[in-house]
Amino acid sequence: MLEVKGMQKRFGGIVATDNVHIDVVKGEIHAIIGPNGAGKTTLINQLSGEMKSDTGTVLFDGSDITRESASSRSLLGLARSFQITSIFQDFTAEDNVALAVQAHDGHSFRFWKPARSDARLRQPARTALEKVGLAERADIVASNLSHGEQRQLEIAMALATQPKMLLLDEPMAGMGTLESGRMVDTLKSLKGDITILLIEHDMDAVFALADRITVLVYGRAIATGSPDEIRANEDVRQAYLGDDHA
Amino acid sequence: MTLSLRTIVPAAVLVLLGLVPVIAGAIDEPFYIDLFSRMLILAIGASSLNLLLGYGGMVSFGHAVYLGIGAYVVGIFSFHSVEDGIEWMASGYVQIPAALIASAVFGLIIGAISLRTRGVYFIMITLAFAQMVYFLGVGIEYYGADDGLTLYGRSEFGDWLDLNESSTLYYVCFVALLLTLFVSYKLINSRFGIAIRSIKSNERRTRAIGIPSYRYRLTCFVIAATICGFAGALLANRTDFVSPDMMHWTRSGDLIIMVVLGGMGTLFGPLLGTVGFLLVEEILSSYTEYWQLFFGPLLILIVIFGKGGIDGLIQALANLVERKPKAAAQSRDGA
Amino acid sequence: MNWILLFEQFLNGFQLGILLFLLAAGLTLVFGIMDLINLAHGSLYMMGAYFMATFVGWTDSFMLAALLTLPACLLLGVVVEVVTLRRLYDRDHLDQVLATFGLILFFDEFVRLIWGPAGLDVPLPDFLETSFEILPGVPYPTYRLAIILTGLLIALFLYILVTKTRIGMRIRAGASNREMIGALGINIQMLFTLVFGLGAVLAGFAGLMAAPIFTVEIGMGANILILAFVVIVIGGIGSIRGAFIASLVVGIIDTIGRSFLPDLLDLFLDEVAASTAAPAISSMMTYILMAVILTFRPQGLFPPRGA
Repeated sequence: MLEVKGMQKRFGGIVATDNVHIDVVKGEIHAIIGPNGAGKTTLINQLSGEMKSDTGTVLFDGSDITRESASSRSLLGLARSFQITSIFQDFTAEDNVALAVQAHDGHSFRFWKPARSDARLRQPARTALEKVGLAERADIVASNLSHGEQRQLEIAMALATQPKMLLLDEPMAGMGTLESGRMVDTLKSLKGDITILLIEHDMDAVFALADRITVLVYGRAIATGSPDEIRANEDVRQAYLGDDHA
Repeated sequence: MTLSLRTIVPAAVLVLLGLVPVIAGAIDEPFYIDLFSRMLILAIGASSLNLLLGYGGMVSFGHAVYLGIGAYVVGIFSFHSVEDGIEWMASGYVQIPAALIASAVFGLIIGAISLRTRGVYFIMITLAFAQMVYFLGVGIEYYGADDGLTLYGRSEFGDWLDLNESSTLYYVCFVALLLTLFVSYKLINSRFGIAIRSIKSNERRTRAIGIPSYRYRLTCFVIAATICGFAGALLANRTDFVSPDMMHWTRSGDLIIMVVLGGMGTLFGPLLGTVGFLLVEEILSSYTEYWQLFFGPLLILIVIFGKGGIDGLIQALANLVERKPKAAAQSRDGA
Repeated sequence: MNWILLFEQFLNGFQLGILLFLLAAGLTLVFGIMDLINLAHGSLYMMGAYFMATFVGWTDSFMLAALLTLPACLLLGVVVEVVTLRRLYDRDHLDQVLATFGLILFFDEFVRLIWGPAGLDVPLPDFLETSFEILPGVPYPTYRLAIILTGLLIALFLYILVTKTRIGMRIRAGASNREMIGALGINIQMLFTLVFGLGAVLAGFAGLMAAPIFTVEIGMGANILILAFVVIVIGGIGSIRGAFIASLVVGIIDTIGRSFLPDLLDLFLDEVAASTAAPAISSMMTYILMAVILTFRPQGLFPPRGA
């Protein structure tokens, strides 16, 4: 689905990502873990097209998207969520999602037909809200949603554009146990329908969700494998997990 | 939209405005028709500004310029129709479209440059452009400079519509206001309107989800300018006179006050705000010549303590009456 | 072309630029530090001129009146800040625009009530009503020269104040991080009041110096205020250096444009067209300049760092 070859990014003397190879298989949840400063966010910015890579190629769904911009990658079906919640606070949950649908449904120079009763926008929006378990909160103004719900809403906005693949940047950040449990359920329910690349600190969530895990340390991918393989991997234990996790 | 106080009050105001010529005729005070036709026209101008201010988050401090441009087109056409004997220039069927086109063109130029900037820069640059057009009016001696131009005649629409008849002109303005409100209602609820409002809410995010904000903001700017130019064309007909003073920067300030006073980002807010503004002006100035001495501080108090303007007040009243919980008060209804 | 006239007009433009700078410096400081857009800054300028006119009447001495005007402006500025503006720092720009617009209405009407609608004249003292031979055979009014010199001194003073002194450091720290400066135990409210007072004094100073050259009248503040806005937009909001350079550019272009554009247009147009177009174009010129600059640099010539 997504094939990254030899991707690199330097900021002055610092190498943020160094010759990274990742191969995300269609339908899997692929997690990227690593200590702080390992270059995870840089990597996701490179993948989403917001940051230009120095070298390397990105193949998405069989075509080379190395040179595509962020918005055209998004239109090709590579959707991302942000580390910081970024929704429209004064819109309702459903309006938020409907707007995301609208953005992917051609231009918005339509001046007359009411958008709120437009089934082309509302139907996919409701479906997406259902998928993340927010159907009952559809009419609540986003700023009145809990933090966890707002993150769910972001996932719904990404889903509503019917992407082939989701890039999720720490979807559990700042969540309590209960909330992140709900997020894990949501992501689990998407498994198989959609390919997900996930960056996350919450190890319990990662090991519960991921089919495969890539460990990033100092910008290098030091290991890739199933959760069990990663748990057993000596290098990873040394470099990252430490003994208390074993 | 449910039948709430928030729709009943504006509806009542509209009905009353619709009856003004009848009432004025009954009590034999034709002067009121003149007073209230100004109210209608300014309400159109304020509604157009509301598209920018209330829905698009664009604080334009030069909106009165389009009033002036619309008015000047009518004034200049009328001038040439008599001075140079060009008869078709007296026709309203020519003047009105010309006024719309001229204000749209100015809106496009001013908007295209101003919208490259953000925040305070935008406020100041729209103010400065308005000042520039104002000085253009002051500088052109041919069209009367700062003394302005007196209309030779009002826009001619043929026998069926005689604008010299003051109640006819009044109803033209009234219908124009209804039309403006209807068009605004359709606009703000269309996909375009949603896009504009999302830009106001969170512009960076809007661009991130794939809506290029600049072109939508610019389109909104041009639409608002055009509607306001329409109001200007009516204003010229009402006053039989155009002058640079119509686009003085304080006029732009007045329009902002009307929008905020009534309730920004609400369909009827600008109408209520215009009615409120002009009534306060009438009342205060009937007591003292120095009415602005009181209006200035009143404005400051409204800004500091008032939230949501008259519309917000009605909303609060309605909640008090119906004892609605506060959360429901934050209705998502854009109207 | 008349070179002597050009030189004189250049100096006049320079002098207008200095007045503009005094206003723009206050505006840009207040904006840069408190994030407050203050339309009523022009009113402080106007009040400075009216105070001056009154005090000259009372004391019959130009210098004494000037010495009285400055503390009066400081006091006025502090009162305005404490009573109204302090409540607006956390509001959005629209609220600030509206409230300070209310202040303008108040001040304009207040002046009309106290001093009447007619303009006032402030006579120049004899020792300044002379001219100075700035070049052999080219006399220039001493008073205008004095404005230029005083303005330059103030610009220098401001530059040193903001970049070299402790209080300037606090001002700049306040601009970049309000919480931190609060945590350092500096009374930020006091600091803001002081900065605003300083801005008011500068505006009032511009007003009192302008009083003998222009008529003291209602609305005198608004016109120059908008020019000062143009200046800080061109210069980059928050930048004293930008304000200084842009003030001089705007002052000179505006003045020279007004006096030479008719001749210049004569070269391209016939006489009637030129004499019709010239006044309109010359009064628009500053705004055209601004439009051109903002087209290429939407943040002005010296954008604030981090913007």
